[in-house]
Amino acid sequence: MGKKLLIHNEHVAGIHTYEVYRQMGGYASVEKAIKTMTPDQVTDEVKKSGLRGRGGAGFPTGLKWSFLAKPEGVPRYLVCNADESEPGTFKDRYLMEKIPHALIEGMITSSYALGANTSYIYIRGEYFYVARILETAIQEAYTNGWLGKNILGSNYSLDLYVQVGAGAYICGEETALLESLEGKRGNPRIKPPFPAVAGLYGAPTVVNNVETIAAVVPIVNNGGEEYAKIGVGKSTGTKLISASGHINKPGVYEIELGIPVEEFIYSEEYCGGIRNGKKLKAVVAGGSSVPILPTELILKTAKGEPRLMTYESLSDGGFITGTMLGSGGFIAMDEDTSIVKNLFTFARFYHHESCGQCSPCREGTGWMEKILKKFMNGTANEADVDLLWDIQSKIEGKTICPLGEAAAWPVAAAIRHFKQEFIDIAKSKKFVDVSHYNRLNKTKEAV
Amino acid sequence: MPKVTIDGIEIEVPKGTTILQAARMIGPEVAPPTMCYYSKLKTSGGYCRTCIVKVSKGSAQNPNPMPKPVASCRTEVMDGMEVQNITSPEVLEARKGVVEFLLINHPLDCPICDQAGECDLQNLGYEHGAVKTRYEFKRREFEVIDIGKYIKLHMTRCILCYRCVKTCEQITDKRVHGVIHRGDVSEISTYIENAIENDFSGNVIDVCPVGALTDRTFRFKSRVWFTKPVDAHCGCNKCSGKVRLWLKGEEVLRVTARKDQWGEVEEFICNSCRFEKKKKSDWVIEGPSPISHQSVISQNHYNHLNEVKIQVLKQQKALGFAETKGDSVTRK
Repeated sequence: MGKKLLIHNEHVAGIHTYEVYRQMGGYASVEKAIKTMTPDQVTDEVKKSGLRGRGGAGFPTGLKWSFLAKPEGVPRYLVCNADESEPGTFKDRYLMEKIPHALIEGMITSSYALGANTSYIYIRGEYFYVARILETAIQEAYTNGWLGKNILGSNYSLDLYVQVGAGAYICGEETALLESLEGKRGNPRIKPPFPAVAGLYGAPTVVNNVETIAAVVPIVNNGGEEYAKIGVGKSTGTKLISASGHINKPGVYEIELGIPVEEFIYSEEYCGGIRNGKKLKAVVAGGSSVPILPTELILKTAKGEPRLMTYESLSDGGFITGTMLGSGGFIAMDEDTSIVKNLFTFARFYHHESCGQCSPCREGTGWMEKILKKFMNGTANEADVDLLWDIQSKIEGKTICPLGEAAAWPVAAAIRHFKQEFIDIAKSKKFVDVSHYNRLNKTKEAV
Repeated sequence: MPKVTIDGIEIEVPKGTTILQAARMIGPEVAPPTMCYYSKLKTSGGYCRTCIVKVSKGSAQNPNPMPKPVASCRTEVMDGMEVQNITSPEVLEARKGVVEFLLINHPLDCPICDQAGECDLQNLGYEHGAVKTRYEFKRREFEVIDIGKYIKLHMTRCILCYRCVKTCEQITDKRVHGVIHRGDVSEISTYIENAIENDFSGNVIDVCPVGALTDRTFRFKSRVWFTKPVDAHCGCNKCSGKVRLWLKGEEVLRVTARKDQWGEVEEFICNSCRFEKKKKSDWVIEGPSPISHQSVISQNHYNHLNEVKIQVLKQQKALGFAETKGDSVTRK
């Protein structure tokens, strides 16, 4: 059994309430931090732990915190990014739904480390019921003196708010999130300046993922060095993985970074193998935007070493033979899956979610979807594969925010590893079922 | 003062200058094209991505190249920075891609568009675009809307550069104009289609790089290259009164602000100058406006066109063409 730090007491009855959470040792990190540590010491512990951003990019959290500008007389903000919208990722929802106090405790400790007196949890609109759970938990924390003025008798005060978004994928991009939080249209900002210098309301701001903030709790409790012992190399600690697709046991699993991918897919402790005894065809390892990999490359790297669930091992070989750990949305596909159809679904998503600010993404995502639709209804020809490749290469890296890349990478990877499938479909001129897509469009028109 | 090298040409610029401004200081040959950046409007730029350049050396301290192409209009220069614009094939290829993206949903209705002849997208497409489109699907369409009694909005032609939004935000006091919806169906709109009733709202027509916002008092009156631009002024108490008149014979067909070498207005003008003073006697005419000789508008400046025509006819006669009837020529 791997070590669990975030959801170790997920099955304790009533863990979502303050009383039970406190009994299980909750809020110890706040006590320890405020009573015995200075804010810089907390940041140092996080640095020592080697914790990396769990939202997808994997940027070292301690380093991000130390970049925060600290001018006199200007407020600083901590914003928790709970706008978890990547297809295939649902770990944050699970954590907030089951153990809301873990996030709140992490928010208090992290805000203390950063010197923020107002913090926000920006949660996606579709999670309105989770927002209610969080609000109840925040109320409990206020009642018990963990939030508000002079926490634990110190001179540190913190107010914590939950803000519900309107349900746009783009608002998970940190600067678009800040725009949305300010009450504006959720368009990504042009960087620089980075949020660490001018973020929310122009003040220095740190934006962290839910899981990152929750991971601060065990780091402060047990010390950063203890946390860093788990994992391999620069990938330390534990990570929540949302496993979905054609596996026997889909769900959220907390893994120690560094277990082999093969073990994760086939062991009884985790996914439990492929459904109905079928063979694995491909895996999207970190949410829909990361490159898809065929079985032989996901289980073993191009050099023949077993691939591990770490940031480094998964990205071994670059995008030619590797992928990314991303946000941990692990989607497994069995041998009967059509990669092209799957790609069409992804492309439709990115077309729908493009904010429309910069031209390559606004026009290119729609174009890619339309070409993939041709594959679906059997009117595509072989030249369309090359056209698709050319379009994605003209989107990637040319946009303001990473959504353009997120839309381009899956297309590139699918063509790179499964080109023959595209060509076969184009040659066969066969109709692939698009009833689901048509039905969706009809509802859209009706609205 | 930081020194920056653009396409092998070194220039020293004040701190805080963007790559684009530095390139414009060198000259139009190396200046990247812009569709959304407007030096008169704060926070404009960064959206269209036509001005992307490659930074092959970040700065003297950190000589690493930037991993991705950057928008030159929003990136400040660093000392020792080296930038490639027209010398980098990657940049030209990427720009070609951006032009293609801008054009796939553009109706290309130039023959009936009032902007034709002074359209930034036409110029961009001419210079960087492909000969043929690879887009085979239905293009995006919107209804044509009147916003106020002076302005017409053709959303179908819009490339979402946000210039008009910034104009309304920054030079008019009551903003009722913005972007609604998302992605490739997002559109410029006024608040529940309210008319823009503001003394400076007409400037959105001038800043629009395409024919999406057009002057209702000029619509379909004439092609721009059949009108003659002259600079003129009047004593206006709202604006500077410095304008450009577009004449056809003695008639003032259109009044716009004066535009500089980069196609940007020099000074914003008010609506009464733009829409109401349509008589030559309202204005003091200063002289012909400077127009680039590459522009189609400049053809009306040449009075010797008739002589050229006579010479052509003579040559045709010598080559054995039939007598000419009017302008058409028929072969024996």
